[in-house]
Amino acid sequence: MVGLTVLATVVALVPLFLVLGYLLSKGASSVNWNFFTKMPTPVGQPGGGMANAIVGTFEMVGVAIVMGVPVGIGAGIYIAENPTKWLARAVRFAADSMMGIPSIVIGIFVYSVVVEPAGGFSTFAGAAALAIIMMPLVTRTTEEMILLVPVELREAALALGAAHWRTTLSVVARAAASGIATGIILAVARVAGETAPLLFTAFGNRFWSTALTQPIASLTVQVYTYAISPFADWQRQAWAGALVLTAIVLALEIGIRGITRGSARVAR
Amino acid sequence: MSDKLVASSLNAYFGSNHAIRNINVTVSANRVTAIIGPSGCGKSTLIRCFNRMHEVVPGARVEGAVLLDGDDIYAPAVDPVDVRRRIGMVFQRPTPFPTMSVAENVAAGLRLNGVALSRAARNRIVEQSLRQAALWEEVKDRLNRPGTSLSGGQQQRLCVARALAVKPDVLLMDEPCSALDPISTARIEELLLELKENYTLVIVTHNMQQAARCSDFTAFMYTGELIEFGETRQIFTNPIRRETEDYITGRFG
Repeated sequence: MVGLTVLATVVALVPLFLVLGYLLSKGASSVNWNFFTKMPTPVGQPGGGMANAIVGTFEMVGVAIVMGVPVGIGAGIYIAENPTKWLARAVRFAADSMMGIPSIVIGIFVYSVVVEPAGGFSTFAGAAALAIIMMPLVTRTTEEMILLVPVELREAALALGAAHWRTTLSVVARAAASGIATGIILAVARVAGETAPLLFTAFGNRFWSTALTQPIASLTVQVYTYAISPFADWQRQAWAGALVLTAIVLALEIGIRGITRGSARVAR
Repeated sequence: MSDKLVASSLNAYFGSNHAIRNINVTVSANRVTAIIGPSGCGKSTLIRCFNRMHEVVPGARVEGAVLLDGDDIYAPAVDPVDVRRRIGMVFQRPTPFPTMSVAENVAAGLRLNGVALSRAARNRIVEQSLRQAALWEEVKDRLNRPGTSLSGGQQQRLCVARALAVKPDVLLMDEPCSALDPISTARIEELLLELKENYTLVIVTHNMQQAARCSDFTAFMYTGELIEFGETRQIFTNPIRRETEDYITGRFG
């Protein structure tokens, strides 16, 4: 029996190591200084890079954080503090449902709501799509982290004569802060790897652009564009892009686990 | 000796559950009043009615009056937050705020009440409160360490210091020693004797010997009702009611 579970574990881990191994073998040779600093070059000209795409991903994720995280945290706190109100239950149900919506559908939604009226693709639309994907994740983890704070802590603060809102913000949210931060980082890791919604919103850009109202390149879309192209040089760069993207996501996820484990030790 | 807190026809409910019935009791200023009784008799509920913490529980409500220096704290115009500034509470389990240092914990009450103080004034209050809680000597070199780095008994005294920092009139203590070892318990009991010079104390305890040692007055409760109330000496040597005598001698509870 134990042997079977060990076998199942090994089988489950095989794809992970296969993917990482393949990425490394195919992409490592193409990840160089040029890759991070140079712009895409016309087809056939070697030596191009994905500088604009890397910056584009960081910019869109950054704007998405600004748009989605405060709303998500606020909603999460509201749901946790008012579990019996019908609005809280509705918001929780909406967040759960939204987590199941395919990201491409969210992309099409943002296309019709932002891109079409504005008349063009934009960084803002891409960030909006990512924010919509992030929001329910942040809301639910915030709610769960707040509910984990022991009720004795809340009562201790109230007994000192603190108003209810002050208790929630200064004591409860502060105690849940590291858990909430973990939730945010995990949501960021998730949206950093999204491709489909960006196809309809940010669209992609061969040139350097950071304007919010213009289309922008992103690592994921660039990898897609290059991978389906017939040019060997581009395909090489697509492998490199995939490797860099995976490295960023892995770094975020492993990093946050390392940090929270450390702080859990301190708290004990 | 004046009346600091007077409960008058006090009833408390959890939803439809009538937890305490028609309590009339007087807490004297600068004295220690103990509330004893078996588990589930309503002692914690009663003490939580004194600082309007009972109503924090969803579905809980209070009827009747509690007079603090003659003013009913349940009057419609009274803000429960103000009541809790004048009547502080220490709970059964020590609950230092985990993200704050020792000094920040002690000053937490002031910060949460929006009191703006200079750093010097705050440090003065922190030291004064820690001295009053008999904790200053032990933590004066580690004021910036996390509050959770102290031992259980020290954490409980930290909670006492935190409650005292907002300068309440009354300090309520809900089984403050239940989670502590005997040595820490003894320190807290010594503390009660020192504190009553400046504060009015109400302590809930399931430890009868503690009540007999530390308190001036004792209230015995059973199934939500106040069975007997009087000077501790009288309650423990010459109880009037048979239920009191049964409880004191260990026949039940």
